[in-house]
Amino acid sequence: MESLSKHIINNKLTSSEEVKRRVLEILETVSDPEVPVLSVIDLGVVRNIEVEPNSVINVFVTPTYTGCPAIDVMKINIRMALLAEGFTDIKIIEVLSPAWTTDWISEHGKEKLKAYGIAPPQYRQAVCTPDSFQEEEAIQCPLCNSYHTRLVSQFGSTACKALYQCNDCKEPFDYFKCH
Amino acid sequence: MNKKNLLDYTLHLADNALIIGHRNSEWCGHGPVLEQDIAISNIALDCIGQARNFYQYAAQLSVNDTSEDSLAYLRYTIEFKNCLLVELPNGDWGQTILRQFYFSTYQYFLYQQLQNSSDQQLAAIAEKALKEVTYHLRWSSEWVIRLGDGTEESKQRMEHAVDELWSYTGELVQAASYELLAVSEGYGVDLSTIKTKWEEKVRTVFEEATLTLPGNAWMQSGGKEGRHTEHLGFVLAEMQFLQRAYPGAEW
Repeated sequence: MESLSKHIINNKLTSSEEVKRRVLEILETVSDPEVPVLSVIDLGVVRNIEVEPNSVINVFVTPTYTGCPAIDVMKINIRMALLAEGFTDIKIIEVLSPAWTTDWISEHGKEKLKAYGIAPPQYRQAVCTPDSFQEEEAIQCPLCNSYHTRLVSQFGSTACKALYQCNDCKEPFDYFKCH
Repeated sequence: MNKKNLLDYTLHLADNALIIGHRNSEWCGHGPVLEQDIAISNIALDCIGQARNFYQYAAQLSVNDTSEDSLAYLRYTIEFKNCLLVELPNGDWGQTILRQFYFSTYQYFLYQQLQNSSDQQLAAIAEKALKEVTYHLRWSSEWVIRLGDGTEESKQRMEHAVDELWSYTGELVQAASYELLAVSEGYGVDLSTIKTKWEEKVRTVFEEATLTLPGNAWMQSGGKEGRHTEHLGFVLAEMQFLQRAYPGAEW
């Protein structure tokens, strides 16, 4: 109760809706350690924010890939950011289902990815079947905008990315693969 | 419900994922080309991530001082419930690829059904992991085809890999006692339904790879009940050394 009271006094927050809005604003400043141009909100790993009647803040997060080590860092950074803004009673709860999908990356997030040099994900219906030698997706080069590109490897520098090369400008680039 | 059985079933899923993840991680820095070195390391990471999820759940089902780390680092070979296939040495690239293909095919059909488990946590882990396994299966099928229908040497190596590994595939779809009980209690996957799908997928890929599917052969078993090859001891010696020598060490 004490922490919320303090917060109410400092920031003149009155309802739990306003607290949630404030928490969301803070989380928009917490970035993905692997792709720092995206916030945890852009990435879609924060699934819900709840404020309990006793003022405890519950943040529900879901990992992108099962083995992605970045989720532990994100959880710590979410806690640190909220602590720095005066919230002290924080619970970060990991949920696995429904499983994270690249469809949850915000449109704004996709634009930021492209500007950062990473091709943003297509809609997931395009691939994600186990059939071998499927027709490759036409992925747009984030640098010269050509669709004349080729897949180098389905597995890239992190679990969430594939490796592509542009046939026109010859630049290799990461593609945030559909999931 | 028999809680001990749910624990055994969960540990079996965890051990399979951990040991194949560890074996694949041995390729890190040694892959034939950089892109494929990265691919197999990514697959290793996915598998170890799955293992963590299953071990975390198993720890919740266990007595108080059990943790995901104690389950991975402080059990002995006879307590591990992984099938023999995943503990075998990597061999050459062809053998590693073929094992991954056999195993990913099994995991793909297994998780497809496990996502409907009456146990919510097992279902959630499977639903998530299935998306990753789909990539593993696609990648490993393509390599089996590329190498089987490749050069004279790559074909000969794949044929050798088929001979080496075939007798270890039966165990994947042969139910242990805790798997049978898991089915009757509603949270486990009936392996007899997977067997046909597994064989069908392997047959299709082998045809495209111009590889001959071995006929009925005597099959190895025992890993799921803790009777392992000598290879698992060496895997655990390397993987567990640090935690046994420096208990509780963190970095």
